[in-house]
Amino acid sequence: MSVKPIAIAAAIATMMSYSAAANAAAHSKCAELKIGSAISLTGKYTTAGAHAKAGYDFAVKKIDEAGGVKIAGKCYNFKIIYYDDESKGDRGATLAERLINQDKVQYMLGPYSSGLTKAIAPITEKYKIPMVEAEGASRSLFNKGYKYLFAVLSTSEQYLASAITLAAEMAKKNGKDPSSVKVAIAVENDPFSLDIRAGVKEDAAKFGMKVVIDEKLPRDLSDMAPILNKVKLLKPDVLIVSGHSKGAATAVRQVAEMKIKVPMLAMTHCESANVIGKFGKDAEKVLCSTQWSETLSYKDELFGSASDYNKEIKAAPGSAYANKSVPYQTAQASAAVYVLKDAFERSGSLDKDKLRDALTKTNMKTFYGGIKFSAAGNNIAKPMVLRQIQNGKYVVVAPSAFAAGKLAWPRN
Amino acid sequence: MDQILGNISLLIQFPVVNINIVLQGVLIGAIFVLAAYGLALVWGVMNVKNLAQGDFVIAGGYASWWFNTNLGLPALLGIPLAFAILWGIGWVIYKLVIRRVIERDLFTSLLATFGVGIVMAQSMNLLFSADTQSLRLDYDSLDFFDNLVNLPIAKLVGAITAVSLAIAVIVFMKRSRMGQAIRATAQDARAARVMGIDTEKVYAFTFSLNAAICGAAGAIIVLVWEIQPFFGMGYSIRSFVIVTAAGLGNLPGVIAAGFGIGILEQFGAHIFGISYQQAIAVLLLLMVLIYRLAQQRRNRQVLQ
Repeated sequence: MSVKPIAIAAAIATMMSYSAAANAAAHSKCAELKIGSAISLTGKYTTAGAHAKAGYDFAVKKIDEAGGVKIAGKCYNFKIIYYDDESKGDRGATLAERLINQDKVQYMLGPYSSGLTKAIAPITEKYKIPMVEAEGASRSLFNKGYKYLFAVLSTSEQYLASAITLAAEMAKKNGKDPSSVKVAIAVENDPFSLDIRAGVKEDAAKFGMKVVIDEKLPRDLSDMAPILNKVKLLKPDVLIVSGHSKGAATAVRQVAEMKIKVPMLAMTHCESANVIGKFGKDAEKVLCSTQWSETLSYKDELFGSASDYNKEIKAAPGSAYANKSVPYQTAQASAAVYVLKDAFERSGSLDKDKLRDALTKTNMKTFYGGIKFSAAGNNIAKPMVLRQIQNGKYVVVAPSAFAAGKLAWPRN
Repeated sequence: MDQILGNISLLIQFPVVNINIVLQGVLIGAIFVLAAYGLALVWGVMNVKNLAQGDFVIAGGYASWWFNTNLGLPALLGIPLAFAILWGIGWVIYKLVIRRVIERDLFTSLLATFGVGIVMAQSMNLLFSADTQSLRLDYDSLDFFDNLVNLPIAKLVGAITAVSLAIAVIVFMKRSRMGQAIRATAQDARAARVMGIDTEKVYAFTFSLNAAICGAAGAIIVLVWEIQPFFGMGYSIRSFVIVTAAGLGNLPGVIAAGFGIGILEQFGAHIFGISYQQAIAVLLLLMVLIYRLAQQRRNRQVLQ
């Protein structure tokens, strides 16, 4: 009697080890190349962290299918070692140390959010580990003289600054002076959103606009009625909101609920908050900033065009995006992996310092946009895009060089 | 400072706005009252200070949200469903954890319930992901005074439901056999046991009832605000502030304090900026504690 379960267990174990071996044999003609990443799988950045991870994994798979990374005649496949940073900076820093010292990782991919990147960058810098990051846009990351940090995305002060330019254009068109435009700002109190605020204020000052509301949203925001009350009283011409996905969701919901009339409503994270799906017509004519849009005409050899990337990741088995739009957070994560592959192949070596030198010389055209790093490590070859929700779809309205549609103004 | 003065002058310049702020505060305060009443119940009967209170609220919100998005049930039906489901969850948590800490000191029960809260928040994160969620009642908003005062009907429905539920629970506590047993246990558990009341059963019932009340509150919150797995702490803190301010066993006090904190938060957010909305709750707790301490010193009472 007692033999039987053990025998069965043994049989199962044998079967499992066989199939595992078979699996391993199937796709490891190429050697493994370890990359480390601390990513937010729990905590307040869980959603965005999952987007980044999906982007990393998709790119690793694509590179694998395309024959791996070819370094000095040998082929390698990326293998990313993930740890959950719980959306906390100190945890991220500890994990970076662990990746470097215990897992002996020589190259890193970035975490999600500027705050986490800020916490990890000093560690990678200390050990001279090149880190390509795709989710930390704060400009404060690029004035510290870091030499091993490379970011594929546009820095955050550019996110909504174009909305101010747009507001100035609209004012001119209507025969008003741009300096008569009143701006309201509601941003979360984190490095990313504060940069956005700085960019907006800088551009508003350039036009001589007046900032009538300038408030910081709490981390666990679920009610912004007090700010919207003031919007009602002070009647600004532009309302800027940045508070990750909860900020976007709260703003769209309460603007409709309180019947706020503001000619221009611009925010970040519309896609990750799924405002179109959740709020339907209440989300109409909202302006959303984005690093990337699948309608842009960028392309590359690995992923094809921006729309190819979009189609393939939606169609991938088990894809989280089967019936929602792919956020730019995912696309830029894939681009970061692509940048690593490109740099490895150009350096022709596994040496981390040679990789770092190759990274500084990156000059690529990708499905995500041009990638070229400044001496500070930020990408200077890609502009920010502003899209407007029109009839339940995102339509690119700025910058005008890429714009597929026209801005609908005023909002109501 | 300029901003603060500017905000105050707005209140004077547009007096109607004060009505709006009070109205929003009252509507949301009704929901705070519900969660706080549950806390007062558990605190008074079992002397357990439940730090997972807010996580029960959020769990109720997710329960209602899940039924609506996956089974297409009407959003308002989520309130009784969340009540029932959280009753079950509360009962399980009582049997697994709370039962073992009831007789222990204050610190143990705080730690245990804090742990329960963390486990709940993380489980919800894994089950439902960290996206903010909300449900929409397709009602319009009423507006008065040139849209300076808004009354979203969804919020009104939420507040009315909260108040009716609170009244139902109060009547239950006064009239029913179980309610009497609960009150007897709260007064003196030992004596109640001697008189043949199964206090173990009373405790389990009380804790489940509290979880259920919180669940219903959460199902209302998801209709008027957003929920997210990690938003529980805010509701826990508010419940503590309300109960501490009102004092145990002071039901009218709980109700008044609940509405008060709703209104004060809204005013505070208007004057000092929305980032201080919750800081105001905490500040209030501090002030109440200092006041109570001073009061106790005067009365020469001892804390248990």
